[in-house]
Amino acid sequence: MSDGPAQVLRAQDLVKTHHGEGAPAHAVRGVDLTLRQGEFVAVTGPSGAGKSTLLHLLGGLTRPDSGSIWLGGECTDAYSEARWAVERRKRIGIVFQFFNLVSNLSVADNVELPALLAGASPRQARTEREELLAELGLVGKERSMPGELSGGEQQRVALARALVNHPPLLLADEPAGSLDSKATREVMRLLSRFHRRGQTIVLVTHDARLASAADRVISFFDGRIADDAELDGTPSRGTGISGVLELKD
Amino acid sequence: MRLHLLALLARGPAHGYELKQDLEQLLGSAYPQPNVGQIYVTLGRLEKTGLIEGEEVEQSSRPNKKIYHLTDAGREALRTWYEETADEPRVRDEFFMKLALAPRTGLAEQITLINKQRRQYLNTMRNLSKLAAAENRDNRIAQLLIEGAMLHLQADLDWLERCQEELEELE
Repeated sequence: MSDGPAQVLRAQDLVKTHHGEGAPAHAVRGVDLTLRQGEFVAVTGPSGAGKSTLLHLLGGLTRPDSGSIWLGGECTDAYSEARWAVERRKRIGIVFQFFNLVSNLSVADNVELPALLAGASPRQARTEREELLAELGLVGKERSMPGELSGGEQQRVALARALVNHPPLLLADEPAGSLDSKATREVMRLLSRFHRRGQTIVLVTHDARLASAADRVISFFDGRIADDAELDGTPSRGTGISGVLELKD
Repeated sequence: MRLHLLALLARGPAHGYELKQDLEQLLGSAYPQPNVGQIYVTLGRLEKTGLIEGEEVEQSSRPNKKIYHLTDAGREALRTWYEETADEPRVRDEFFMKLALAPRTGLAEQITLINKQRRQYLNTMRNLSKLAAAENRDNRIAQLLIEGAMLHLQADLDWLERCQEELEELE
């Protein structure tokens, strides 16, 4: 094995074709990917490039036609749907564009439910929920129903739900896709904060501004990785930031 | 910078160093350390063209300083500036010509060029994000300048994406 932080996830030669009406859509066409602990990776590309399909494959929400995924070094080829569901409670948290909260459960219950399902005591679940909601600026919203909250608030609840079991990996599929710019900044600020504390994150976004918060950006085109770049904040050439901000005479 | 200095003088007379401080306060970290030498040179030129007038003020313990004020001609120039709309940002830039000519030279691959350019834009975008986070949130002008730069860069990145989509199909 190579050195460096531990592998959280490894994908090898993932292929997924959607068979709907009309011609088959080759959404993911042979993707190799290694995610290490503590990385913040953005997957960006045009809509229809297959980046959401890739994220769904990584979270076991869709199964690949071929190829394999290792979670924490363990091959998932033989995992059943039920096993994947368990992994999504314990090892993989997911947030979606449209939040996917349970609409007839309160905010508190939405966050506590996955903790209880994962075997936490009601008291533990409650403590975790209280801490997360406080951290995410949602104190006082515990008894609200999701429908009573703004989009930004719902996404923060979804983030709390995804993180309540301290999963090693957080997957975010266009988490700001349905938010206004203020709520977008808030969600990005929170993702960056969790990342600074060591959370491994994969963020799928078509928005380059969001992608630049990550320290590794994968450009996804036509089902393939076109480029995989570490951002170190230093432009290779050119005037960089001062050139962009310069006021001309 | 000529018109920026004129605009700063519209409120009332000031000396060069005050104008530098005004600019710093207005734009915050979005425009770090305006070059004071450049400010003095520009003020000299503005005076020569009659848009401002300087007046030496004696200082007991320090060298004399020159306080400038706007002339009628200067105020008129400023008025004209506000009547005109600004030019669009560049559309056909250096990178575009590199990309367009690459196949003829045989010296570079278009997709490679796009990937390299994207990395640079993303790094700059990252720096802008950091700058925006570090800048005082209440300095709206500075925040808007940074946000404008980010939106331009985002458009450039979107456009690179379009180039990649189109050119990959040809491969």
